Amino acid sequence: MPETPTDGGPGTSTSSALLSLENVSLQFGGLKALDDVSFEVREGEILGLIGPNGAGKTTCFNVMTGVYHPTSGLVRFAGEPLGNRKRFAITRLGIARTFQNIRLFPNMTALENVLVGADAHHRTNVIDALLRTPRHRREEREGEQTAREVMRFMGLERRSDELARNLSYGEQRRLEIARAMATKPKLLCLDEPAAGFNPAEKAQLMNLIRRVRDSGLTVLLIEHDMGLVMGVSDRVTVLEFGRKIAEGVPADVRDDPAVIAAYLGTEADTEETA
Amino acid sequence: MTDKTTPAGATAARKPAAAQKRRGWDRGALGRRLGALPTPVKVLLMALLVLLLYALPLLDLPILSTPDTDFGAVLFTVASYVLVALGLNVVLGYAGLLDLGYVGFYAVGAYTVAVLGSFQAQLSWWMLIPLAVIITTISGVLLGAPTLRVRGDYLAIVTLGFGEIIRLTALNSAWLGEARGITKIPRPPSLELFEIPNLSWDGFTAFVDLDNTTKFLVFGVADQAPYYWLALTLIFLVLGADRMLRLSRIGRAWEATREDEDAAELMGVPTFRFKLLAFATGAFIGGLSGALFASRQGFINPISFPLLLSILFLAAVVVGGAGNRWGVILGAAVVAYLPERFRGFEEWRLLVFGLALLLLANFRPQGLLPPRRTRRVQAVEEELDALEEGTARA
Amino acid sequence: MSFLLNNIVELTVTGLVLGAVYGLVALGYTLVYGVLQLINFAHSEVWMYGSFAAVWVTVALGVAPGGPVLTAIGVLLLALLAAMTVSGGIALLLERVAYRRLLRLEAPKLVALISAIGASFFLAELMGLRDRVVDFFGLRDALDPFVRSARDNTRFLNPLETQGLFSIGRYTVSNVDVIIIVGAILMMVGLDQFIRRTRTGRGIRAVAQDSEAAALMGVNRDRVIRATFLVGGVMAGAAALLYLMRFGVTRWDAGFLLGVKAFTAAVLGGIGNVRGALLGGFVLGLAENYGSALVGSQWRDVVAFLLLVVILLFRPTGLLGESLGRARA
Repeated sequence: MPETPTDGGPGTSTSSALLSLENVSLQFGGLKALDDVSFEVREGEILGLIGPNGAGKTTCFNVMTGVYHPTSGLVRFAGEPLGNRKRFAITRLGIARTFQNIRLFPNMTALENVLVGADAHHRTNVIDALLRTPRHRREEREGEQTAREVMRFMGLERRSDELARNLSYGEQRRLEIARAMATKPKLLCLDEPAAGFNPAEKAQLMNLIRRVRDSGLTVLLIEHDMGLVMGVSDRVTVLEFGRKIAEGVPADVRDDPAVIAAYLGTEADTEETA
Repeated sequence: MTDKTTPAGATAARKPAAAQKRRGWDRGALGRRLGALPTPVKVLLMALLVLLLYALPLLDLPILSTPDTDFGAVLFTVASYVLVALGLNVVLGYAGLLDLGYVGFYAVGAYTVAVLGSFQAQLSWWMLIPLAVIITTISGVLLGAPTLRVRGDYLAIVTLGFGEIIRLTALNSAWLGEARGITKIPRPPSLELFEIPNLSWDGFTAFVDLDNTTKFLVFGVADQAPYYWLALTLIFLVLGADRMLRLSRIGRAWEATREDEDAAELMGVPTFRFKLLAFATGAFIGGLSGALFASRQGFINPISFPLLLSILFLAAVVVGGAGNRWGVILGAAVVAYLPERFRGFEEWRLLVFGLALLLLANFRPQGLLPPRRTRRVQAVEEELDALEEGTARA
Repeated sequence: MSFLLNNIVELTVTGLVLGAVYGLVALGYTLVYGVLQLINFAHSEVWMYGSFAAVWVTVALGVAPGGPVLTAIGVLLLALLAAMTVSGGIALLLERVAYRRLLRLEAPKLVALISAIGASFFLAELMGLRDRVVDFFGLRDALDPFVRSARDNTRFLNPLETQGLFSIGRYTVSNVDVIIIVGAILMMVGLDQFIRRTRTGRGIRAVAQDSEAAALMGVNRDRVIRATFLVGGVMAGAAALLYLMRFGVTRWDAGFLLGVKAFTAAVLGGIGNVRGALLGGFVLGLAENYGSALVGSQWRDVVAFLLLVVILLFRPTGLLGESLGRARA
């Protein structure tokens, strides 16, 4: 695996970069949540984004998905700057995400949750819906097909008529991934998908993430569990206090003194409690 | 340690809630039995029900009928409440937007018909209804575009203001007839085809009264049944459309927006556009019923559109069970019908109405007919409660 | 325009007087909203009952305007006490009957709103039908002066004569104007201190910020909620008397519009924000007065609502932001 220059400016982005952050800073009043962060996610890889609590990982997700717009710097997706695109437009462009605290639509069924994701690319309008036009019927059919496929992939096919709020915790986490996948993203961003999982579930999840990647998606993964991140990621980027402190293949990052200093103390704790 | 700091009240408070839930009768049973019937039987039952609804003003059933006011007129009132409530249900029940000024749309629809049909121009009724609906929908978009960006609770007060602004504008503009109002609003065109005799009742025995007939289809002053039929027909149309939207991407987008706006947006739902669409749809239906009201009434003035009407509409939706169209229909019927049925008590009826709202909210907080979801969730929760109690006892 | 400029002082003073009343009533909305995130729709009736309590005190004592000043002040204080007690009591009753059960059930906010609407209808109608109620119990002879013509305007005879104190331009500021504005500000300062300094006030702030965490830290949430309703009710009672001193008349259904305006004031100032309530009240009162001077008094309410819409569009959290929980200096 070739090394990339870590502080690569716009000029150095390779053709294989699906998403790149270029000198992104984000400021809330006096607080710098992100400070000149640059990294890229390459097509077809699993990139782990790690760092101690409050390092700015979720903030990164929020910048990528249009929740915040960077104070300075640029986010490119497939070569194109995101600019001031609205959140739903970014999703349609091909970035989908899950949430650290599960945010399903609790009073909709599991299937309906996933259908909302599938609807991201649908164009049915009021007239279509009222007149049951061919477009509407085609989109409904396709949507349901997509939704069922994704749910089968996530092992949720038996739970499709259950209300999201009645699913077990693990199922809810998987349903979030299913919903995100139904938007047919190129890049799937997972925000601590293994939080609260036991070791068996974590192993399952690692498997699942690999299968997601093998199905042709690029995966960006925020995770606290070192074992999981190091086990599944192709490369790892480390943030601390809103700055990037390291980047590389898991083995290198694991031995990086800066990372050990920043991270290991807190890491030991999380691993024990998990 | 943690046990001590947990307030004992928290667990104690939950117990009566659970017990209360379990006492509720099983609404699912009837639905299940109906669902199990063969399709032709279901169609037949539906047809009979529809026929019965259309025949109501002719039957003039005892107990149900209103002794103090014309039953046909009461049925029209109920029907127009149902129509309004179906519209508000899209805004409130589906999209979760609290609109306290829904009467504003109702008034815009009514005033469009009145102003363009009588006061400033004399357009034909067939022109007026679509115009009223279009203008109301536009007013919904105009109101929604700036205000739907503000937070939910504020939307309530802004819409409340909208309802008042519409009424006060009508009250203070010479062009809109000021306090005197507008008379000679065109009625729907009549088409005299045949006469239908009404039923009369002597105690509980019915006989066909050949002297008392309803002309089909004459929109006059005395006999209100044709207006009721018109409104009922519109209700069926709106119900059909409601169902179509509900079972499409649009219904899902509304629901997702209601459940979690940010998550919906991040799943590719342009939530603002869908909220605006819900608002416009609600305005459309509200305007339609307002137009209908004006052309039945023949006369409107600002007093016809008090703020309290918005509150009544809201009560209709919530009492029935926001989000469930059948519940909403029931709620509207209750809210419109009860005060008319008990007009004998005249001055006490609003007092009783207030008390009824209070009791309903407290003892049936999920509405008379909650949406299927709430019901299912409840069933599961009841099961869980039962299980918990079982383990506690063991 | 020239009418506005020629009468600017009078419009300002009467605007502030009106605003003071709005602000005091707005407190009830703001406090309950801050703690429960609920629009207490029936708060208008809390105010209305307070106004009747004040009227009844003057009727019972048979006072007429123009008596000795000390007597007048004594009567007014009694009326204030009665109004505060009755309003506070109605507010507590509301909490008990219209809210407590639903809060325990964790019912949707909307249902609580409907419950409050029902209570509001009931209370208003009950006042409007008080003569019938009294007839029903056969007490007409004893209570006639209190329930006569229940559906009409009920007049309040202010025992304190209105006297001009000093003139600004062409307008003479009266003692009543000063009492109302100063009274409202004093009440507000007192409440602000109460919320910031006392144990109960801390509880209110804690519950407003994070109700669950507050409960875990040993704050008695039910008690805090009751205190919130009580305080809001007492303020509405004070507002009722001040209102009567200036406008001299109340009605069984007068609460509704005043309630809507007061809620508007609360939102204007930033709902949940105690100081914002008074500020919002003043702004609303002034805007209404200036606005109606400019475009005609029949547009008064339209001005009020348009102002609200404009402010919400450009400053969606109100003038001072929403912060009962974070009420810092």
